[in-house]
Amino acid sequence: MTWIAIGRVDEILPLSGRCVKTVGPDVGVFRAADDQIFAVINNCPHKGGPLSEGIVHGTSVTCPLHNMVISLASGEIEGPDEGRTDTIPVDVRAGVIHLDLPAEMLPSAKASRAA
Amino acid sequence: MSDKKRLVVIGNGMAPGRVLERLFDAAPDAYEVTIFNAEPRVNYDRIMLSPVLSGEKRYEDIVIHDDAWYDERAITLHRGQRVTEIDRARKTVTSADGTSAPYDTLLVATGSNPVVIPVPGHNLPGVLTYRDLDDVEAMLAAAAPGKRAVVIGGGLLGLEAAAGLSEQGMTVDVVHLMPTLMERQLDEAAGYLLEKAVKARGITVHTEANTKAILGTDQVEGIALENGTEIPCEMVVMAVGIRPSTQLAKEAGLDVGRGILVDDAMRTSDPHIYAVGECVEHRGACYGLVAPLYEMASVIADRLTGGSRTYEGSVTATKLKVTGIDLYSAGDFQEKEGRESVVLRDAAAGLYKNVVLEGGKICGVVLFGDVSDGGWYTQFLRDGADIAELRETLIFGQAYAGASPLDPTAAVAALPADAEICGCNGVSKCTITSAIDEKGLTTIDAVRAHTKASASCGSCSGLVEQLLKLQLGESYNPAAVPALCSCTHLGHNDVRRLIRLKSLKSIPAVMQELEWTTANGCAKCRPALNYYLVAEWPDEYADDYRSRFINERAHANIQKDGTYSVVPRMWGGQTSAKELRAIADVVDKFNIPTVKVTGGQRIDMLGIKKEDLPAVWADLGKAGFVSGHAYAKGVRTVKTCVGTDWCRFGTQDSTGLGVKIEKAMWGSWTPAKVKMAVSGCPRNCAEATCKDVGVVCVDSGYEIHFAGAAGLDIKGTEVLCLVKTEDEAMEYIMALTQMYREQGHYLERIYKWARRIGYDEVRRQIVEDSDKRLAYYARFVYSQQFAQVDPWAERAAALQEPRAVHDKYAEYRPMADLSVLEAAQ
Ligand code: SRM
Ligand SMILES: Cc1cc2nc3c(=O)[nH]c(=O)nc-3n(C[C@H](O)[C@H](O)[C@H](O)COP(=O)(O)OP(=O)(O)OC[C@H]3O[C@@H](n4cnc5c(N)ncnc54)[C@H](O)[C@@H]3O)c2cc1C
Ligand code: SF4
Ligand code: FES
Repeated sequence: MTWIAIGRVDEILPLSGRCVKTVGPDVGVFRAADDQIFAVINNCPHKGGPLSEGIVHGTSVTCPLHNMVISLASGEIEGPDEGRTDTIPVDVRAGVIHLDLPAEMLPSAKASRAA
Repeated sequence: MSDKKRLVVIGNGMAPGRVLERLFDAAPDAYEVTIFNAEPRVNYDRIMLSPVLSGEKRYEDIVIHDDAWYDERAITLHRGQRVTEIDRARKTVTSADGTSAPYDTLLVATGSNPVVIPVPGHNLPGVLTYRDLDDVEAMLAAAAPGKRAVVIGGGLLGLEAAAGLSEQGMTVDVVHLMPTLMERQLDEAAGYLLEKAVKARGITVHTEANTKAILGTDQVEGIALENGTEIPCEMVVMAVGIRPSTQLAKEAGLDVGRGILVDDAMRTSDPHIYAVGECVEHRGACYGLVAPLYEMASVIADRLTGGSRTYEGSVTATKLKVTGIDLYSAGDFQEKEGRESVVLRDAAAGLYKNVVLEGGKICGVVLFGDVSDGGWYTQFLRDGADIAELRETLIFGQAYAGASPLDPTAAVAALPADAEICGCNGVSKCTITSAIDEKGLTTIDAVRAHTKASASCGSCSGLVEQLLKLQLGESYNPAAVPALCSCTHLGHNDVRRLIRLKSLKSIPAVMQELEWTTANGCAKCRPALNYYLVAEWPDEYADDYRSRFINERAHANIQKDGTYSVVPRMWGGQTSAKELRAIADVVDKFNIPTVKVTGGQRIDMLGIKKEDLPAVWADLGKAGFVSGHAYAKGVRTVKTCVGTDWCRFGTQDSTGLGVKIEKAMWGSWTPAKVKMAVSGCPRNCAEATCKDVGVVCVDSGYEIHFAGAAGLDIKGTEVLCLVKTEDEAMEYIMALTQMYREQGHYLERIYKWARRIGYDEVRRQIVEDSDKRLAYYARFVYSQQFAQVDPWAERAAALQEPRAVHDKYAEYRPMADLSVLEAAQ
């Protein structure tokens, strides 16, 4: 398990999201009103909408493209529709957000595979 | 000498004070105790410093252990002596002046230090912290009525300091980095109530405010914020947080993380050394409140007397000790899956309660206004008790037996008698209620007939019905108004009227005062409320960008692949070689894949990466372009035809009028988008008769049209009237738009709004009633002075300079780019 620091909690306004780029898919990082931090693969299970651009309410985000509501804790679409995006483990230490990203999303993995 | 073991204590705060009390109770003769305290005094109640500051208490009132207490126990107390070294090999400690003492067991209780943010000027005289009696004395010495103080930090300590200094007659400003006060202990709703209560005491609160510098040459003269504001003052109190005081322990080689690390026996990495209090880190947690420190203290006292009790962490509860402000929070009230919030709001009483349940147990609680049940809830929390039996009535508190449903008429009941319910006909609450009582009215039609309330646009019908219900009680059954969303029982009209009547100026204020049933709304109500507030308070309301859909937040249109499109304004559909060249240059420079002429007579550049947007705008801005708001629930386009400039049939200067209208009206936010057009003759090449607002020029003047549609629905316009001059045309169009801005439901296009209230009602207010028209026109013009700020220029400029990382402009950059991380090693 490698925790990667991506920035401070206060770089995300409460009730909003930011995007983190990786070698693989983007990650959406979200801050709820109560400062809880969530991270999910930034692609909406519906048609890949960038979730970090949506409106955050409670612990859900509404996708900016077609308004599906996705639970940030489970990555699943709420309501009758089905589908989920992967969640990324988050750890906040001393105000710094760390993500546990799979190796294939990080450049070092590529580099070492190439080597 | 005796066979007593030697216990040395470093620090004489509340935590070791409690250890010694417990120890001497259990084993009065077991230890010979020596204390070193950097403060030149006995153990006093630190948490009561605020009442000393406000003048409610004196130092003598807050002493916990007086001199006699130490004498009776033969404790040696070295006052004003800071320990500078622990020699673990020889088991001695030594203080700054060389006094040394040997120990068998050592207790480290160094507490914590206030954090001082190292901004320029932080060590000027007049910059104080808030930690001990010396700080309070320094504040009292400098405080004087009429002088000004700025407190940096809107947490517990900062607010207590602010209230105390304000009691001393000072003018006080609180500067807080986050959007809400005490955000660690409170949710947004309670934070709003707290801010309201703090402001009511005459204290000015600046939220989302970052301190840039403290000003002054030999003494504090003021502070400067990042946003350019300067606040003059003679005193600055920094209350931005505390940091466990671990230096001494670290130098002695003890294991230290954020605090001095201890196990469940409260022992440090050296078995002869215990640690207690705020300097400690236990299972990853550091505490800043006395309750957990006292629990630690009992465990240490037990261990010192041969016991085996363990400390397993604490559930903490926070209370603010400012007279007249009652708030309480405990446990973990974060929203999570499997958790459920039970919310009670009573707007009239300024009350808010949020009890959070998980698996049939209470896991957190936030109370504001009435904290009497705080201890009761916290007891359930500590015990992990099953509350299934109490669930239904839990939120009403311990004393409550048998719940009743929340009263939906409460918000209306709380309005003052002279509140204007019907804006169209100027009818007040008491006119309506007395008509109901005196004339025995029982239906809304009867109220309409007798008072004219809700007889015009009808948007106050919901409130009138609630007044009927209030006067007639259960016998009256109001027509069900569809709620704005599932977070409230109020409809759009009621929410809009109440925002005005109750002067609500922020989203948390609306949610509290109108008793929203959720803690922070949903994606349906938040954008609607944001619009209603912008429309109602154009000068005062601070737009909440987080409550806007992405397009309006980013000021560009999101595309299916997550890129954006950019449409600059081309006034009235006219352009020039210079503009086209600038667009061509931007397209080349940023490799923009698609350029298209839109259906709105302008040019769309599609497929732009979000991080490129500010640079694209900066280049377009240099050529004079501003945002075309192609993304906005706001004024979009004014299409024109060539008119008398060129066309052989043209009757008026349709292009010129279109440009004038667009220049006067751009930037305005509206319930849904507003598209306009001006055609030079009835051949209507600009398609004015299917627009929200259109003008068809004729020989005798300008025929104004409204309420057309050509999107999801197709509908020809209605004619509003014929006017003679361009100036009149502008006045009528802006008045009409303002009427729609004030009455339309969020996302309701003009044609739907006009159909709802009646085309004749629109004609009556805009054409027949010239006073009404002029008043609408004046309000439109007034709001435009705040709305006509080009959002692109604002963002392009902001991103030139390195800014506070969390502001609303930051989102254009990814938070982190891990794809370019150098492969480590
Ligand atoms: C670019 C453009 C099409 C084009 O290439 O010509 C366009 C593109 C979009 N239209 Fe449109 N509409 C465009 C002219 C129109 C017109 C014609 C006009 O304005 O004269 C109409 C019919 C008139 C009307 O608005 O009633 C039109 C009726 C709609 C509707 C249906 C609205 C309705 O209430 O019936 C939507 C959906 C909505 O707004 O909810 C829509 C929504 C959209 C959105 C914003 C969809 C979205 O939410 O992403 C499209 C954005 C694409 C983009 O990123 O640029 N667009 N759209 C036109 C931009 C005009 C401009 O310069 O600003
Ligand atoms: C204004 C104010 C209001 C508060 N209100 C509340 C409240 O309402 N509720 C609540 O629960 N808590 C409150 N607190 C917090 C509470 O007071 C502290 O948690 C508690 O007092 C900490 O006790 P302690 O013994 O760990 O440390 P402290 O009380 O900080 O004691 C540490 C002592 O050690 C001395 N010292 C440090 N290093 C050395 C050294 N090397 N040698 C010798 N001596 C040393 C220091 O001078 C200090 O006197 C408040 C705090 C303040 C400042
Ligand atoms: S008609 Fe408008 S909304 Fe539909 S695909 Fe074309 S641009 Fe998009
Ligand atoms: S892509 Fe998210 S709702 Fe369609």
